[in-house]
Amino acid sequence: MLEVRSLSIHFHRYARGLRRTVLTPVVDLDLKVSAGEVVAVVGSSGSGKSLLAHAVLGILPSNAHIEGEIWYKGQLLTPERQAAMRGRRIALIPQSVSFLDPLMRVGAQVLRAAQLSGKNRHSAAAQRAIFQRYQLPLEVERWYPFQLSGGMARRTLVSMAVVGEAELILADEPTPGLHPEVVQETLNHLRQLADEQRGVVLITHDIQAALQVADQIAVFYAGTTVEIAPVTAFSGKGEGLLHPYTQALWRSLPQNEFIPLPGMQPSPQDLPQGCLFAPRCPLATAECTAERPTMRAIAQNQVRCIHAQG
Amino acid sequence: MNILRYLIKKLLRLILLLFTISVLSFTLVSLSPIDPVQAYVGAEMMRIGPEQRQRIAERWGLNDPPVVRYMRWLSSLMRGDLGTSAIYNQPVSQVIRQRFFTSLGLMGTAWVLSGVLGFLLGVLSGARAGSWVDQIIRFYAYLLASTPAFWLALLLLIVFAVFLKWAPVCCATPPGVLPEQVTFAQRLHHLVLPALTLSIIGIANITLHTRQKLITILNSDYILFARAQGENLFGLIWHHGLRNIALPAITLQFASISELFGGSVLAEQVFAYPGLGQATVQAGLRSDVPLLLGIVLFSTLFVFTGNALADILYHLIDPRIRLGVES
Repeated sequence: MLEVRSLSIHFHRYARGLRRTVLTPVVDLDLKVSAGEVVAVVGSSGSGKSLLAHAVLGILPSNAHIEGEIWYKGQLLTPERQAAMRGRRIALIPQSVSFLDPLMRVGAQVLRAAQLSGKNRHSAAAQRAIFQRYQLPLEVERWYPFQLSGGMARRTLVSMAVVGEAELILADEPTPGLHPEVVQETLNHLRQLADEQRGVVLITHDIQAALQVADQIAVFYAGTTVEIAPVTAFSGKGEGLLHPYTQALWRSLPQNEFIPLPGMQPSPQDLPQGCLFAPRCPLATAECTAERPTMRAIAQNQVRCIHAQG
Repeated sequence: MNILRYLIKKLLRLILLLFTISVLSFTLVSLSPIDPVQAYVGAEMMRIGPEQRQRIAERWGLNDPPVVRYMRWLSSLMRGDLGTSAIYNQPVSQVIRQRFFTSLGLMGTAWVLSGVLGFLLGVLSGARAGSWVDQIIRFYAYLLASTPAFWLALLLLIVFAVFLKWAPVCCATPPGVLPEQVTFAQRLHHLVLPALTLSIIGIANITLHTRQKLITILNSDYILFARAQGENLFGLIWHHGLRNIALPAITLQFASISELFGGSVLAEQVFAYPGLGQATVQAGLRSDVPLLLGIVLFSTLFVFTGNALADILYHLIDPRIRLGVES
């Protein structure tokens, strides 16, 4: 359904004086999502994962420069095609209530989302139906976003994404700082959407949340996907995981060995020449620092490491 | 209940403000080299001897200590007596009323025009930030923001009144015509240039503020989400932009009343438009202390009312404040 091929995003900006710096928060990213599947993109906060969603929708800021290809249902996405698909075929579930217009009634915003999704004639009915589906009381229609509780806000944001007939849902960090029950509810909603044969991309820093609902987990490190593995590989001592970063990440979880990985991710302003993980990698060799590894398919996994073996 | 408490608070603040202003301006006038007797007598001063002068001063209580004089002025104020204007020979309150109504048409026109045009230009400029349209509008706004009102007034006067002869050179009505016989069209004709001056000056400020606010909004999270839903630029402005800049625009529009008042002083002077602004200049130049103090207090009240209205409207319109208070 969605296929992202070596996507890179650069930002040019002027630092002190007139020195131009280039930020590259996304580097050679690959991702594949099929209908009926939840693919979680897991990476640390503030590492530019959201940009992936914005790039797929074509709503990056104007100073962003994109390389690579994004394919949707066999069509290469151009800015024109993206404009036609935003809200209709591809929908976003944003992070928080701050993504709702603070001065517009909730009902009107959901209605507007329905209209934009192409349900012009039936938008009012669609809005009512989606309220019912997500158990939003009718009076919420007349509320303003600041009156919504955390759970209601989440349900509203989900309902805005699916009020139309979007086939691909991009959920960007949909569970930050929420009550565990609300997190669970939101994750269930995403699972349901996938079970209705939609494709769902869950962008999150919360690996626990990802493990609960995802079919595939793409591990995001320093702007790229270092490994894409089926959720079943994330078990035991991580024998099914092939990339040294993914293994280290798995070992660092509290319920596993709880061993932190020393060092820090490279800054998007100053990326290493070769493999992005090489500076922290126990297996790094001269070859690793010379050239960036490409994605390789090994068993069920996709790995960006020359040392990985099944 | 809350709105009532709010209004009482505002009223108390106004009383405190008026009191402070009255003390300050009274002190300043007392320290100034203005001689009220001379200001009153004017050119006839040569014919008056020192004894006569002394007697007038005594009769007016000019030799009393400042605090006593202030209390006397204040107690008259309380009774609604602002004193008599020396240059117009009328009660100050009457002068202010007449002059204010003349100015009101001028300021009102300029207020509406600069508000509407400034808002439209600001939206246009902010929506296409960085484009050539934006560059032109911004250039125009910066140019006007740094143009003195009186200079622009003179320029318009030279071009439209002197060279093109489209507009009259002075005044609010044609000279030599009785006030009852002046037609509405004539009044309008005399209003055009001063109102244009004030509007043009006011536009720049409102345009630049509106533009900045719209740019901030267009960079917000909810605009990003609206774009993700497929909203185009027009839809973004129409459904979210206008709604969100309306509130700051209202505040700005009412806050601009004080600037408008300042501008009208200069514009009226250049066009010899007999409004409150011109009276202020006259009162100052000819040392008409009661009128000057009266106008100071009146303009305080006027500007305060403008700001208070903006504040109250904000409370009534913004759901976050309105409903936040209720719940």
